[in-house]
Amino acid sequence: MPHAVPLAAATRRRGQHPGPLWQLLSSAGFRFALLFAALFLLAGLAFTGVLWWGTAGALDRQIDAAIRADAMALAERWRDAGDQAVADAIGERLALDAENQTLYLLSAPSGQRLAGNLEALPQGFAPDVQWYGMSLERDGIPGEARLFVLPLPDGSRLAVGRDVEEKLRLRALLTEGLAWSAGVALLFAFAGAALLRRALERRLAPVTATAALIAGGDLSPRVPLSGREDEFEALGHSMNTMLDRIAHLMEGVRGVSDAIAHDLRTPIARARNRLEEALANADDPAALHSALERGIADLDNVTRVFQAVLRIAEVEAGARRAAFAPVDLVPLLEDAAELYGATAEENGQTLRTEWPAALPLTGDRDLLLQALANLLDNAVKFTPDGGSILLKAELLEDAIVVRVSDQGPGLSLEDRERVGERFFRADSSRNTPGSGLGLSLVRAVVQLHGGTLWFDEGHGESLDKPGLAVCFRLPLA
Amino acid sequence: MRILLVEDDAEVGRFVKKGLQEAGHTVEHVPNGREGLFMAASENFDLLVLDRMLPGGIDGVRLVETLRGQGNHTPVLFLSALAGVDERVKGLKAGGDDYLVKPFAFAELLARCEALGRRPAVDAPATRLKIADLELDLLSRTVTRGGKRIDVQPREFRLLEHLMRHAGQVVTRTMLLEKVWDYHFDPQTNVIDVHVSRLRQKLDKGFDKPLIHTVRNAGYMIRAEP
Repeated sequence: MPHAVPLAAATRRRGQHPGPLWQLLSSAGFRFALLFAALFLLAGLAFTGVLWWGTAGALDRQIDAAIRADAMALAERWRDAGDQAVADAIGERLALDAENQTLYLLSAPSGQRLAGNLEALPQGFAPDVQWYGMSLERDGIPGEARLFVLPLPDGSRLAVGRDVEEKLRLRALLTEGLAWSAGVALLFAFAGAALLRRALERRLAPVTATAALIAGGDLSPRVPLSGREDEFEALGHSMNTMLDRIAHLMEGVRGVSDAIAHDLRTPIARARNRLEEALANADDPAALHSALERGIADLDNVTRVFQAVLRIAEVEAGARRAAFAPVDLVPLLEDAAELYGATAEENGQTLRTEWPAALPLTGDRDLLLQALANLLDNAVKFTPDGGSILLKAELLEDAIVVRVSDQGPGLSLEDRERVGERFFRADSSRNTPGSGLGLSLVRAVVQLHGGTLWFDEGHGESLDKPGLAVCFRLPLA
Repeated sequence: MRILLVEDDAEVGRFVKKGLQEAGHTVEHVPNGREGLFMAASENFDLLVLDRMLPGGIDGVRLVETLRGQGNHTPVLFLSALAGVDERVKGLKAGGDDYLVKPFAFAELLARCEALGRRPAVDAPATRLKIADLELDLLSRTVTRGGKRIDVQPREFRLLEHLMRHAGQVVTRTMLLEKVWDYHFDPQTNVIDVHVSRLRQKLDKGFDKPLIHTVRNAGYMIRAEP
């Protein structure tokens, strides 16, 4: 076991302090370039092989055919006219061969040379082998020859050969060419690797830099986009989308802590004060009773706010999309109108409704009703007694648009910007009950369904009460 | 009723046990799932009140699944701090009959316990429900009081039907929202109260004896005696 430790440590050290060579080898760009160089080289080899077979191979086959034809002609002559005629023919041919490229040997069954310019049969001669390659020296220059040995019926042998120096020259040429091109390919490979590595590094640098900044704790930077529609752009794009989502979730978490600080602390403090007060006045049973009751009511309120905050977080995290099913919005609108219509009627308000026969979509039934309920609850709260509330839904080609309009004080343009924030309450609504979470939840529900929420003027009748219309659009697909 | 309470938090357990006993029920309290399963399988109870997260390897959901697997159909009410909707669905899918999220008002728990414990008797097919001089005909869907017909809207009919099926029991606002409107959501304001008071006006107009009573800090109850 003690041996394993230094080895692991060594590996780690190399990982921590990479040398320049290690850095080069571990670069993805370098490896890509190297791979391409190898492929390049392989293609070159294949090409040379074909070339070799086409040229040197053809030359070989041509020489072999010539040798064989020559040997057959001489054997024919031997059968017709015997040894002497062959010797004569060999002599004639040697005399005609100015370039001194041909080799002949006619040997008697005893092995004695009868004719030809070759001293003896090649070394390693075996009776059943016909083709030989041999090296020989001519005028002090080493060369190579190919030899065909033909046994004659009486036991004598006829050997015919050709100098193959031509072929050797070709081979040398090809080898040299191949070596040069391999060298150049390798050079290109390294240069390409370095270039590719540099290019990759340059294109990835913004992503790396952004990631480093974010790892450092600042969530605001985004990968700058080059505008070119390539893979790096796509990477930057998806990274930015991911960062937006993370930032949004972080905001959600911050929202929860804001909630605890802001809207839970107050009722908890209130409940605590009441209970403390009750303890001080413990001798008055009626006061004690009502203080305890109000304390419980305060705690119930804390629970409700808590529940709403958690629900918003749950909806925003998208966890509820699993509960999506096909629903018709119409029964939901009817139920919401019925539930809140009674309250409106109590206040002397009228609730006007308008929607088509069916509004099919895919969504979460309870959440959609919650959204409608929150909007109607607000509308009923803010519309003055005797006023009217309008609940309207229409089916467009690709979406459903719902509009809840009231005759209340409305929202100034600045307030509209802020109204989706958790716990935001416009000054005009300070005196109405509510947690300031209603619209946050509506917005979260609408966004969960892929929709958008916006605000508009309501149908108020006076300038100081223009009314507010909250609209949302739910896409059908 | 004989109720088995499986709850690991000693304080919550003590509080629930005491409350249920004061309401006239017999309560056995065990602090973990293993003992709970043993008790539920070996003795007869009218109702199980289970915490969802329990120590001892067997949580509330496992306990119910095991019991249901053995053919035991004792009604189960889950008590849980897990408020997510999918948690609720998980609990009901496992075989739970109702689901109450902590923290809860004791009145809510008691109302739900009594509704569950007496369920088999009221599930019996009936075509007529009667309380004092109020009659509900489930076939013709008409309401009469003292022989005089009262016009109610379909939702009001369902509301009244639910109250009458649980006559003499407290029915809370959330129970009405769940059972009569069939939604699980927070209505922000007490919209249910408005509907009940409307129904009450229709029923009690011209009669000096009110039938629908408000139970303070709990909900509503329909009963003949004032």
